[in-house]
Amino acid sequence: MENPQQKRQELEKYFDAQSPFALFRVAQMKRSWQKPNRRELSWWENTYIPSVASGLWLTSKHFFYNFFFHILHLFGLFKNVKAAVTFEYPEKPRPLAARARTRHRLTKREDGSPRCVACMMCETVCPARCIEITAAEHPDPNIEKYPAEFILDLGKCVYCGFCVEVCPEDAIRMDTQRLDIAEYTRESMIYNKERLLNG
Amino acid sequence: MDIIAVLIKFILAAVTIVVVFSIAGLLTWVERKQSAVMQDRIGANRAAIFGITAFGLFHAIADVLKMLSKEEFIPAGANKFLFNLAPYLSVTFALVGFAAIPFGNQLIWGDRVIELQAANINVALIFVFAMMSMGVYGVVLAGFSSNNNYAFLGGMRGAAQMIAYEVTMGAAIMGIIMVFNTLDLQQIVRAQGAYLFGGWLPKWGVFCQPLAFILFLTAATAETKRTPFDLPEGESEIIGYFVEYSGMKFGMFFLADLIETVLVAALMTTLFLGGWQVLYLFPDGFHFPWGSFIALPNIAVAILGMVAFIIKLSFFIWLLMTVRWTLPRFRYDQLMRLGWKILLPASLVNIAVTAIILTLLR
Repeated sequence: MENPQQKRQELEKYFDAQSPFALFRVAQMKRSWQKPNRRELSWWENTYIPSVASGLWLTSKHFFYNFFFHILHLFGLFKNVKAAVTFEYPEKPRPLAARARTRHRLTKREDGSPRCVACMMCETVCPARCIEITAAEHPDPNIEKYPAEFILDLGKCVYCGFCVEVCPEDAIRMDTQRLDIAEYTRESMIYNKERLLNG
Repeated sequence: MDIIAVLIKFILAAVTIVVVFSIAGLLTWVERKQSAVMQDRIGANRAAIFGITAFGLFHAIADVLKMLSKEEFIPAGANKFLFNLAPYLSVTFALVGFAAIPFGNQLIWGDRVIELQAANINVALIFVFAMMSMGVYGVVLAGFSSNNNYAFLGGMRGAAQMIAYEVTMGAAIMGIIMVFNTLDLQQIVRAQGAYLFGGWLPKWGVFCQPLAFILFLTAATAETKRTPFDLPEGESEIIGYFVEYSGMKFGMFFLADLIETVLVAALMTTLFLGGWQVLYLFPDGFHFPWGSFIALPNIAVAILGMVAFIIKLSFFIWLLMTVRWTLPRFRYDQLMRLGWKILLPASLVNIAVTAIILTLLR
Protein backbone atom coordinates (compact mmCIF):
# COMPACT_ATOMS: atom_id res chain seq x y z
CA MET A 1 0.00 0.00 0.00
CA GLU A 2 2.85 2.38 0.80
CA ASN A 3 4.75 1.75 -2.42
CA PRO A 4 3.46 3.89 -5.33
CA GLN A 5 4.32 1.11 -7.79
CA GLN A 6 2.21 -1.30 -5.79
CA LYS A 7 -0.57 1.23 -5.67
CA ARG A 8 -0.64 1.57 -9.44
CA GLN A 9 -0.70 -2.19 -9.89
CA GLU A 10 -3.56 -2.47 -7.50
CA LEU A 11 -5.42 0.30 -9.29
CA GLU A 12 -4.93 -1.45 -12.66
CA LYS A 13 -6.17 -4.69 -11.21
CA TYR A 14 -9.40 -3.04 -10.11
CA PHE A 15 -9.77 -0.67 -12.99
CA ASP A 16 -11.67 -2.63 -15.59
CA ALA A 17 -13.30 -0.12 -17.90
CA GLN A 18 -16.01 -2.62 -18.79
CA SER A 19 -17.05 -3.14 -15.20
CA PRO A 20 -20.11 -1.17 -14.11
CA PHE A 21 -18.43 -0.45 -10.76
CA ALA A 22 -15.10 0.67 -12.19
CA LEU A 23 -15.37 4.32 -11.35
CA PHE A 24 -16.73 3.59 -7.92
CA ARG A 25 -13.84 1.24 -7.21
CA VAL A 26 -11.24 3.79 -8.32
CA ALA A 27 -12.79 6.36 -6.05
CA GLN A 28 -12.77 3.86 -3.20
CA MET A 29 -9.12 3.03 -3.77
CA LYS A 30 -8.14 6.69 -3.84
CA ARG A 31 -9.98 7.31 -0.61
CA SER A 32 -8.25 4.41 1.08
CA TRP A 33 -4.85 5.79 0.07
CA GLN A 34 -5.61 9.19 1.40
CA LYS A 35 -6.50 7.81 4.77
CA PRO A 36 -3.05 7.62 6.34
CA ASN A 37 -2.44 11.30 5.52
CA ARG A 38 -5.72 12.54 6.92
CA ARG A 39 -5.93 11.57 10.56
CA GLU A 40 -9.36 11.48 12.10
CA LEU A 41 -9.57 13.78 15.13
CA SER A 42 -10.29 12.03 18.35
CA TRP A 43 -13.25 12.88 20.54
CA TRP A 44 -11.08 14.84 22.93
CA GLU A 45 -9.52 16.86 20.10
CA ASN A 46 -12.95 17.62 18.68
CA THR A 47 -13.89 19.50 21.85
CA TYR A 48 -11.24 22.10 20.88
CA ILE A 49 -10.03 22.09 24.49
CA PRO A 50 -6.46 20.75 23.94
CA SER A 51 -5.67 23.07 21.04
CA VAL A 52 -7.23 26.09 22.74
CA ALA A 53 -5.32 25.34 25.92
CA SER A 54 -1.99 24.90 24.14
CA GLY A 55 -2.54 28.13 22.18
CA LEU A 56 -3.38 30.08 25.32
CA TRP A 57 -0.37 28.57 27.06
CA LEU A 58 1.96 29.73 24.27
CA THR A 59 0.63 33.28 24.09
CA SER A 60 0.49 33.71 27.86
CA LYS A 61 4.09 32.50 28.13
CA HIS A 62 5.10 35.24 25.71
CA PHE A 63 2.89 37.74 27.50
CA PHE A 64 4.26 37.13 30.98
CA TYR A 65 7.88 36.86 29.86
CA ASN A 66 7.70 40.15 27.93
CA PHE A 67 5.59 41.86 30.59
CA PHE A 68 8.09 40.91 33.30
CA PHE A 69 11.03 42.30 31.36
CA HIS A 70 9.13 45.43 30.27
CA ILE A 71 8.56 46.16 33.97
CA LEU A 72 12.21 45.50 34.81
CA HIS A 73 13.29 47.79 31.95
CA LEU A 74 11.23 50.58 33.52
CA PHE A 75 13.54 50.34 36.54
CA GLY A 76 16.60 50.16 34.32
CA LEU A 77 17.28 46.49 35.01
CA PHE A 78 18.19 43.71 32.54
CA LYS A 79 18.36 46.11 29.62
CA ASN A 80 20.29 43.46 27.65
CA VAL A 81 17.29 41.07 27.65
CA LYS A 82 14.91 42.07 24.87
CA ALA A 83 11.19 42.12 25.64
CA ALA A 84 10.17 43.04 22.09
CA VAL A 85 11.62 42.48 18.65
CA THR A 86 10.67 46.00 17.58
CA PHE A 87 13.22 48.46 16.21
CA GLU A 88 11.92 51.95 16.97
CA TYR A 89 13.20 53.01 13.60
CA PRO A 90 13.31 56.76 13.13
CA GLU A 91 14.62 57.36 16.66
CA LYS A 92 16.86 54.32 16.98
CA PRO A 93 18.07 53.13 13.59
CA ARG A 94 18.29 49.44 12.97
CA PRO A 95 21.87 48.16 13.36
CA LEU A 96 23.48 47.42 10.00
CA ALA A 97 26.36 45.15 9.11
CA ALA A 98 29.68 47.00 9.35
CA ARG A 99 30.36 46.35 5.66
CA ALA A 100 26.96 47.53 4.43
CA ARG A 101 27.35 50.08 1.64
CA THR A 102 25.61 53.18 2.92
CA ARG A 103 25.86 56.90 2.16
CA HIS A 104 29.31 58.15 1.16
CA ARG A 105 31.60 60.41 3.09
CA LEU A 106 34.96 62.00 2.29
CA THR A 107 37.70 61.24 4.78
CA LYS A 108 39.94 63.99 6.12
CA ARG A 109 43.61 64.54 6.71
CA GLU A 110 44.80 65.44 10.22
CA ASP A 111 44.49 69.14 9.41
CA GLY A 112 40.87 68.69 8.30
CA SER A 113 41.35 69.03 4.54
CA PRO A 114 40.07 66.20 2.32
CA ARG A 115 42.38 63.25 1.67
CA CYS A 116 41.18 63.25 -1.91
CA VAL A 117 43.89 64.09 -4.47
CA ALA A 118 41.45 64.57 -7.36
CA CYS A 119 42.86 61.65 -9.33
CA MET A 120 39.47 61.19 -11.04
CA MET A 121 39.57 57.39 -10.54
CA CYS A 122 36.16 57.29 -8.90
CA GLU A 123 34.65 59.62 -11.43
CA THR A 124 35.98 57.36 -14.19
CA VAL A 125 34.87 54.07 -12.67
CA CYS A 126 31.41 55.23 -11.60
CA PRO A 127 28.87 53.33 -13.71
CA ALA A 128 26.14 55.82 -12.90
CA ARG A 129 28.37 58.85 -13.58
CA CYS A 130 27.18 60.52 -10.43
CA ILE A 131 30.57 61.93 -9.29
CA GLU A 132 31.87 65.19 -10.65
CA ILE A 133 35.25 66.48 -9.42
CA THR A 134 36.74 69.87 -10.15
CA ALA A 135 40.50 69.61 -9.55
CA ALA A 136 42.75 72.45 -8.43
CA GLU A 137 46.46 72.79 -7.67
CA HIS A 138 47.37 72.12 -4.06
CA PRO A 139 49.50 74.77 -2.31
CA ASP A 140 51.63 72.01 -0.68
CA PRO A 141 54.28 70.95 -3.27
CA ASN A 142 54.19 67.34 -1.90
CA ILE A 143 50.56 67.00 -2.92
CA GLU A 144 49.78 67.52 -6.55
CA LYS A 145 46.04 68.30 -6.63
CA TYR A 146 43.01 68.68 -4.40
CA PRO A 147 39.28 68.75 -5.22
CA ALA A 148 38.05 72.33 -5.45
CA GLU A 149 34.59 70.84 -5.65
CA PHE A 150 33.41 67.26 -5.20
CA ILE A 151 29.82 66.74 -6.30
CA LEU A 152 28.05 63.42 -5.75
CA ASP A 153 24.47 63.05 -6.99
CA LEU A 154 22.79 60.51 -4.71
CA GLY A 155 19.78 60.55 -7.00
CA LYS A 156 21.91 58.81 -9.61
CA CYS A 157 24.17 56.71 -7.37
CA VAL A 158 23.58 52.95 -7.52
CA TYR A 159 25.57 52.17 -4.33
CA CYS A 160 27.88 49.76 -6.20
CA GLY A 161 30.86 50.77 -4.07
CA PHE A 162 33.31 50.90 -7.02
CA CYS A 163 34.42 54.42 -6.03
CA VAL A 164 35.47 53.14 -2.61
CA GLU A 165 37.33 50.15 -4.02
CA VAL A 166 39.15 52.13 -6.66
CA CYS A 167 40.28 55.02 -4.45
CA PRO A 168 44.09 54.89 -3.96
CA GLU A 169 44.02 57.33 -1.01
CA ASP A 170 41.15 55.84 1.06
CA ALA A 171 39.53 59.25 0.59
CA ILE A 172 35.95 58.11 0.01
CA ARG A 173 34.12 55.60 2.16
CA MET A 174 30.57 54.26 2.37
CA ASP A 175 30.37 53.71 6.12
CA THR A 176 28.07 56.42 7.47
CA GLN A 177 25.39 53.74 8.20
CA ARG A 178 22.79 56.11 6.79
CA LEU A 179 20.27 54.68 4.35
CA ASP A 180 17.29 56.95 4.94
CA ILE A 181 18.17 59.54 2.29
CA ALA A 182 14.93 61.27 1.41
CA GLU A 183 14.59 64.81 0.11
CA TYR A 184 11.84 66.96 -1.31
CA THR A 185 13.75 68.02 -4.45
CA ARG A 186 16.21 66.42 -6.82
CA GLU A 187 18.63 69.29 -6.20
CA SER A 188 18.95 68.51 -2.52
CA MET A 189 20.00 64.95 -3.40
CA ILE A 190 23.18 66.44 -4.88
CA TYR A 191 25.86 66.47 -2.18
CA ASN A 192 28.76 68.91 -2.39
CA LYS A 193 32.18 68.66 -0.80
CA GLU A 194 31.15 70.22 2.52
CA ARG A 195 28.22 67.87 3.04
CA LEU A 196 30.33 64.86 2.18
CA LEU A 197 33.14 65.91 4.48
CA ASN A 198 30.97 66.67 7.48
CA GLY A 199 28.77 63.67 8.23
CA MET B 1 -38.33 55.95 51.07
CA ASP B 2 -36.26 58.83 52.35
CA ILE B 3 -34.20 61.24 50.33
CA ILE B 4 -30.83 59.96 51.62
CA ALA B 5 -31.56 56.42 50.48
CA VAL B 6 -32.38 57.76 47.03
CA LEU B 7 -29.19 59.82 47.04
CA ILE B 8 -27.12 56.78 48.03
CA LYS B 9 -28.63 54.76 45.21
CA PHE B 10 -27.94 57.63 42.83
CA ILE B 11 -24.29 57.78 43.91
CA LEU B 12 -23.91 54.02 43.58
CA ALA B 13 -25.37 54.10 40.05
CA ALA B 14 -23.14 57.03 39.07
CA VAL B 15 -20.05 55.29 40.44
CA THR B 16 -20.93 52.10 38.56
CA ILE B 17 -21.42 53.92 35.25
CA VAL B 18 -18.28 56.04 35.61
CA VAL B 19 -16.14 53.06 36.56
CA VAL B 20 -17.51 50.93 33.72
CA PHE B 21 -16.97 53.69 31.17
CA SER B 22 -13.44 54.26 32.44
CA ILE B 23 -12.63 50.56 32.26
CA ALA B 24 -14.12 50.28 28.77
CA GLY B 25 -12.16 53.33 27.62
CA LEU B 26 -9.03 51.91 29.14
CA LEU B 27 -9.65 48.59 27.40
CA THR B 28 -9.02 50.17 23.98
CA TRP B 29 -5.50 50.80 25.26
CA VAL B 30 -5.24 47.49 27.12
CA GLU B 31 -6.25 45.61 23.99
CA ARG B 32 -3.57 47.23 21.84
CA LYS B 33 -0.90 46.98 24.50
CA GLN B 34 -1.65 43.41 25.59
CA SER B 35 -1.73 42.12 22.04
CA ALA B 36 1.59 43.88 21.43
CA VAL B 37 3.23 42.34 24.49
CA MET B 38 1.88 38.90 23.54
CA GLN B 39 3.28 39.22 20.03
CA ASP B 40 6.73 40.52 21.11
CA ARG B 41 5.90 44.04 19.96
CA ILE B 42 5.84 47.33 21.86
CA GLY B 43 2.41 48.64 20.91
CA ALA B 44 0.86 52.06 20.98
CA ASN B 45 3.40 54.52 22.41
CA ARG B 46 3.38 57.60 20.16
CA ALA B 47 0.51 59.81 21.31
CA ALA B 48 2.04 62.42 23.60
CA ILE B 49 0.90 65.48 25.50
CA PHE B 50 3.84 67.89 26.03
CA GLY B 51 6.27 65.06 25.37
CA ILE B 52 4.72 62.73 27.97
CA THR B 53 3.55 59.47 26.44
CA ALA B 54 2.50 57.59 29.62
CA PHE B 55 2.93 54.19 27.92
CA GLY B 56 0.58 55.25 25.13
CA LEU B 57 -2.37 55.87 27.43
CA PHE B 58 -3.28 59.00 25.46
CA HIS B 59 -4.11 56.85 22.44
CA ALA B 60 -7.51 56.17 24.02
CA ILE B 61 -8.20 59.93 24.07
CA ALA B 62 -6.78 60.38 20.58
CA ASP B 63 -9.06 57.62 19.26
CA VAL B 64 -12.15 59.23 20.75
CA LEU B 65 -11.17 62.67 19.40
CA LYS B 66 -10.66 61.20 15.96
CA MET B 67 -14.04 59.48 16.00
CA LEU B 68 -15.86 62.55 17.28
CA SER B 69 -14.40 64.72 14.54
CA LYS B 70 -15.17 62.33 11.70
CA GLU B 71 -18.07 62.76 9.32
CA GLU B 72 -21.26 60.94 10.31
CA PHE B 73 -22.37 59.29 7.11
CA ILE B 74 -25.86 57.86 6.61
CA PRO B 75 -26.20 55.87 3.39
CA ALA B 76 -28.98 56.74 0.97
CA GLY B 77 -31.90 54.35 1.34
CA ALA B 78 -31.09 53.55 4.95
CA ASN B 79 -33.86 53.78 7.50
CA LYS B 80 -32.57 56.89 9.28
CA PHE B 81 -34.40 56.38 12.56
CA LEU B 82 -33.39 52.75 13.04
CA PHE B 83 -29.91 53.45 11.69
CA ASN B 84 -29.37 56.09 14.36
CA LEU B 85 -31.08 54.06 17.06
CA ALA B 86 -29.00 50.88 16.70
CA PRO B 87 -25.70 52.01 18.29
CA TYR B 88 -27.54 53.57 21.23
CA LEU B 89 -29.42 50.31 21.84
CA SER B 90 -26.14 48.38 21.83
CA VAL B 91 -24.44 50.64 24.35
CA THR B 92 -27.46 51.20 26.59
CA PHE B 93 -28.35 47.58 27.10
CA ALA B 94 -24.73 46.65 27.69
CA LEU B 95 -24.53 49.34 30.38
CA VAL B 96 -27.86 48.63 32.07
CA GLY B 97 -26.74 45.09 32.84
CA PHE B 98 -24.20 46.44 35.33
CA ALA B 99 -26.97 47.72 37.61
CA ALA B 100 -27.43 44.25 39.07
CA ILE B 101 -23.77 43.35 39.54
CA PRO B 102 -22.76 43.48 43.22
CA PHE B 103 -19.27 44.93 43.58
CA GLY B 104 -18.94 44.79 47.34
CA ASN B 105 -20.46 43.58 50.57
CA GLN B 106 -22.56 45.71 52.91
CA LEU B 107 -21.19 49.03 54.06
CA ILE B 108 -22.53 50.01 57.50
CA TRP B 109 -22.90 53.77 57.91
CA GLY B 110 -24.53 54.79 61.15
CA ASP B 111 -27.74 52.76 61.31
CA ARG B 112 -27.83 52.37 57.54
CA VAL B 113 -26.81 49.19 55.73
CA ILE B 114 -25.72 50.02 52.19
CA GLU B 115 -25.58 47.14 49.75
CA LEU B 116 -22.73 47.88 47.32
CA GLN B 117 -24.83 47.24 44.24
CA ALA B 118 -26.62 49.77 42.03
CA ALA B 119 -29.93 47.90 42.19
CA ASN B 120 -30.64 44.87 44.36
CA ILE B 121 -33.13 43.01 42.23
CA ASN B 122 -34.20 39.61 43.49
CA VAL B 123 -34.12 38.19 39.93
CA ALA B 124 -30.86 39.95 39.07
CA LEU B 125 -29.51 37.04 37.05
CA ILE B 126 -32.55 37.00 34.76
CA PHE B 127 -32.36 40.79 34.50
CA VAL B 128 -28.72 40.68 33.35
CA PHE B 129 -29.50 37.95 30.84
CA ALA B 130 -32.47 39.91 29.50
CA MET B 131 -30.30 42.99 29.01
CA MET B 132 -27.57 40.98 27.30
CA SER B 133 -30.13 39.48 24.92
CA MET B 134 -31.54 42.92 24.17
CA GLY B 135 -28.07 43.88 22.97
CA VAL B 136 -28.69 41.68 19.93
CA TYR B 137 -31.30 44.17 18.74
CA GLY B 138 -28.55 46.71 18.21
CA VAL B 139 -26.71 44.26 15.96
CA VAL B 140 -29.78 43.19 14.03
CA LEU B 141 -31.14 46.72 13.59
CA ALA B 142 -27.76 48.01 12.43
CA GLY B 143 -27.56 45.23 9.86
CA PHE B 144 -31.13 45.58 8.65
CA SER B 145 -31.37 49.36 8.49
CA SER B 146 -28.10 50.02 6.65
CA ASN B 147 -29.49 49.13 3.19
CA ASN B 148 -26.32 47.18 2.53
CA ASN B 149 -26.26 43.48 1.74
CA TYR B 150 -23.02 42.84 3.59
CA ALA B 151 -24.35 44.56 6.69
CA PHE B 152 -27.59 42.61 6.33
CA LEU B 153 -25.72 39.31 6.20
CA GLY B 154 -23.62 40.39 9.17
CA GLY B 155 -26.78 41.12 11.13
CA MET B 156 -28.20 37.72 10.19
CA ARG B 157 -25.04 35.97 11.33
CA GLY B 158 -25.15 37.99 14.53
CA ALA B 159 -28.76 37.01 15.26
CA ALA B 160 -28.12 33.32 14.57
CA GLN B 161 -25.00 33.28 16.70
CA MET B 162 -26.57 35.10 19.63
CA ILE B 163 -29.55 32.74 19.70
CA ALA B 164 -27.32 29.66 19.51
CA TYR B 165 -25.05 30.77 22.32
CA GLU B 166 -27.61 32.37 24.62
CA VAL B 167 -29.36 29.01 24.93
CA THR B 168 -26.12 27.45 26.14
CA MET B 169 -25.40 30.37 28.42
CA GLY B 170 -28.79 30.05 30.10
CA ALA B 171 -28.47 26.29 30.41
CA ALA B 172 -24.93 26.53 31.83
CA ILE B 173 -26.12 28.95 34.49
CA MET B 174 -28.85 26.53 35.64
CA GLY B 175 -26.23 24.50 37.52
CA ILE B 176 -25.17 27.58 39.49
CA ILE B 177 -28.80 28.43 40.30
CA MET B 178 -29.37 24.88 41.51
CA VAL B 179 -26.29 24.89 43.72
CA PHE B 180 -26.94 28.28 45.33
CA ASN B 181 -30.74 28.15 45.22
CA THR B 182 -31.27 31.80 44.31
CA LEU B 183 -31.43 34.21 41.38
CA ASP B 184 -30.22 37.21 43.40
CA LEU B 185 -26.60 37.91 42.47
CA GLN B 186 -25.80 39.38 45.90
CA GLN B 187 -27.18 36.22 47.53
CA ILE B 188 -25.17 34.05 45.12
CA VAL B 189 -22.00 35.87 46.11
CA ARG B 190 -22.88 35.57 49.82
CA ALA B 191 -23.44 31.83 49.37
CA GLN B 192 -19.97 31.55 47.84
CA GLY B 193 -18.49 32.68 51.16
CA ALA B 194 -19.04 29.17 52.55
CA TYR B 195 -16.16 26.68 52.63
CA LEU B 196 -15.82 23.05 51.67
CA PHE B 197 -13.44 20.36 52.94
CA GLY B 198 -13.08 21.60 56.51
CA GLY B 199 -12.84 25.28 55.63
CA TRP B 200 -9.97 25.09 53.14
CA LEU B 201 -11.64 25.25 49.72
CA PRO B 202 -14.02 28.17 49.13
CA LYS B 203 -17.43 27.21 47.77
CA TRP B 204 -16.86 29.23 44.60
CA GLY B 205 -18.82 28.48 41.46
CA VAL B 206 -15.73 27.38 39.58
CA PHE B 207 -15.16 24.56 42.12
CA CYS B 208 -18.84 23.55 42.34
CA GLN B 209 -19.50 23.77 38.59
CA PRO B 210 -16.24 23.36 36.62
CA LEU B 211 -17.98 22.24 33.43
CA ALA B 212 -20.49 25.09 33.61
CA PHE B 213 -17.53 27.44 34.00
CA ILE B 214 -15.99 26.35 30.69
CA LEU B 215 -19.35 26.32 28.92
CA PHE B 216 -20.26 29.76 30.22
CA LEU B 217 -16.82 31.14 29.34
CA THR B 218 -17.19 29.91 25.75
CA ALA B 219 -20.77 31.10 25.35
CA ALA B 220 -20.01 34.44 26.95
CA THR B 221 -17.04 34.97 24.64
CA ALA B 222 -19.42 34.35 21.75
CA GLU B 223 -21.82 36.83 23.32
CA THR B 224 -19.22 39.61 23.23
CA LYS B 225 -18.89 39.14 19.44
CA ARG B 226 -15.10 39.13 19.53
CA THR B 227 -12.64 36.78 17.88
CA PRO B 228 -12.87 33.65 17.81
CA PHE B 229 -16.62 34.32 17.51
CA ASP B 230 -16.52 37.60 15.59
CA LEU B 231 -18.59 36.42 12.63
CA PRO B 232 -21.11 39.27 13.02
CA GLU B 233 -18.26 41.79 12.78
CA GLY B 234 -15.52 40.11 10.78
CA GLU B 235 -13.58 43.34 10.80
CA SER B 236 -10.80 42.13 8.54
CA GLU B 237 -12.57 40.49 5.62
CA ILE B 238 -16.12 39.15 5.82
CA ILE B 239 -17.55 42.58 6.76
CA GLY B 240 -20.08 42.90 9.52
CA TYR B 241 -23.22 44.69 10.51
CA PHE B 242 -21.56 48.07 11.15
CA VAL B 243 -19.89 48.44 7.77
CA GLU B 244 -21.92 51.58 6.98
CA TYR B 245 -21.27 53.29 10.32
CA SER B 246 -18.64 55.96 10.71
CA GLY B 247 -17.52 58.39 13.34
CA MET B 248 -18.77 58.06 16.89
CA LYS B 249 -21.62 55.73 15.89
CA PHE B 250 -19.03 53.17 14.91
CA GLY B 251 -17.21 54.14 18.08
CA MET B 252 -20.32 53.27 20.08
CA PHE B 253 -20.46 49.77 18.60
CA PHE B 254 -16.79 49.42 19.41
CA LEU B 255 -17.44 50.67 22.94
CA ALA B 256 -20.45 48.36 23.31
CA ASP B 257 -18.19 45.40 22.53
CA LEU B 258 -15.73 46.43 25.21
CA ILE B 259 -18.51 47.16 27.74
CA GLU B 260 -19.91 43.71 27.01
CA THR B 261 -16.45 42.27 27.64
CA VAL B 262 -16.41 43.97 31.03
CA LEU B 263 -19.98 42.83 31.71
CA VAL B 264 -19.15 39.23 30.87
CA ALA B 265 -16.02 39.40 33.01
CA ALA B 266 -18.07 40.85 35.89
CA LEU B 267 -20.69 38.15 35.49
CA MET B 268 -18.02 35.42 35.42
CA THR B 269 -16.48 36.89 38.55
CA THR B 270 -19.82 37.07 40.33
CA LEU B 271 -21.01 33.61 39.39
CA PHE B 272 -17.82 31.56 39.37
CA LEU B 273 -15.07 33.31 41.30
CA GLY B 274 -16.92 34.47 44.38
CA GLY B 275 -17.53 38.08 43.36
CA TRP B 276 -16.21 40.34 46.11
CA GLN B 277 -15.32 37.41 48.40
CA VAL B 278 -11.76 37.45 49.68
CA LEU B 279 -10.34 34.10 50.76
CA TYR B 280 -11.07 33.46 54.48
CA LEU B 281 -12.48 36.98 54.96
CA PHE B 282 -15.72 37.14 56.93
CA PRO B 283 -17.74 40.27 57.84
CA ASP B 284 -15.77 40.65 61.11
CA GLY B 285 -12.29 39.83 59.81
CA PHE B 286 -10.07 37.00 58.64
CA HIS B 287 -10.85 33.51 60.01
CA PHE B 288 -8.08 31.27 58.76
CA PRO B 289 -8.71 27.53 58.61
CA TRP B 290 -5.70 26.91 60.87
CA GLY B 291 -7.49 28.79 63.64
CA SER B 292 -5.98 32.27 63.71
CA PHE B 293 -8.19 35.35 63.52
CA ILE B 294 -7.54 38.95 62.48
CA ALA B 295 -10.30 41.43 63.35
CA LEU B 296 -11.02 44.15 60.77
CA PRO B 297 -13.43 47.11 60.82
CA ASN B 298 -16.41 47.04 58.47
CA ILE B 299 -15.01 49.72 56.15
CA ALA B 300 -11.75 47.76 55.65
CA VAL B 301 -13.72 44.61 54.83
CA ALA B 302 -15.84 46.52 52.31
CA ILE B 303 -12.76 48.04 50.62
CA LEU B 304 -10.96 44.68 50.55
CA GLY B 305 -14.04 43.19 48.92
CA MET B 306 -14.15 45.87 46.23
CA VAL B 307 -10.43 45.48 45.56
CA ALA B 308 -10.89 41.72 45.29
CA PHE B 309 -13.74 42.26 42.83
CA ILE B 310 -11.60 44.54 40.66
CA ILE B 311 -8.68 42.08 40.72
CA LYS B 312 -10.89 39.15 39.71
CA LEU B 313 -12.52 41.33 37.05
CA SER B 314 -9.10 42.22 35.67
CA PHE B 315 -8.15 38.56 35.56
CA PHE B 316 -11.20 37.68 33.47
CA ILE B 317 -10.68 40.69 31.19
CA TRP B 318 -7.10 39.54 30.71
CA LEU B 319 -8.32 36.02 29.94
CA LEU B 320 -10.90 37.26 27.41
CA MET B 321 -8.27 39.47 25.75
CA THR B 322 -5.80 36.58 25.60
CA VAL B 323 -8.45 34.39 23.99
CA ARG B 324 -9.28 37.15 21.53
CA TRP B 325 -5.63 37.54 20.46
CA THR B 326 -4.81 33.82 20.42
CA LEU B 327 -7.53 31.95 18.57
CA PRO B 328 -8.48 32.30 14.91
CA ARG B 329 -12.09 32.82 13.89
CA PHE B 330 -14.41 29.84 13.67
CA ARG B 331 -15.95 28.98 10.33
CA TYR B 332 -19.73 29.45 10.32
CA ASP B 333 -20.52 25.72 10.27
CA GLN B 334 -17.97 25.07 13.03
CA LEU B 335 -19.57 27.82 15.07
CA MET B 336 -23.04 26.32 14.73
CA ARG B 337 -21.77 22.79 15.35
CA LEU B 338 -19.95 23.93 18.49
CA GLY B 339 -22.99 25.83 19.74
CA TRP B 340 -25.76 23.34 19.09
CA LYS B 341 -23.99 19.99 19.06
CA ILE B 342 -21.29 20.32 21.70
CA LEU B 343 -22.07 23.14 24.14
CA LEU B 344 -25.83 22.68 24.42
CA PRO B 345 -25.78 18.90 25.09
CA ALA B 346 -22.86 19.38 27.48
CA SER B 347 -24.79 22.01 29.44
CA LEU B 348 -27.86 19.75 29.58
CA VAL B 349 -25.71 16.89 30.86
CA ASN B 350 -24.29 19.31 33.42
CA ILE B 351 -27.80 20.13 34.65
CA ALA B 352 -28.71 16.44 34.96
CA VAL B 353 -25.49 15.51 36.79
CA THR B 354 -25.83 18.49 39.14
CA ALA B 355 -29.43 17.53 39.91
CA ILE B 356 -28.45 13.93 40.68
CA ILE B 357 -25.54 14.94 42.91
CA LEU B 358 -27.63 17.51 44.78
CA THR B 359 -30.39 14.95 45.35
CA LEU B 360 -27.89 12.42 46.68
CA LEU B 361 -26.27 15.00 48.98
CA ARG B 362 -29.59 16.09 50.44
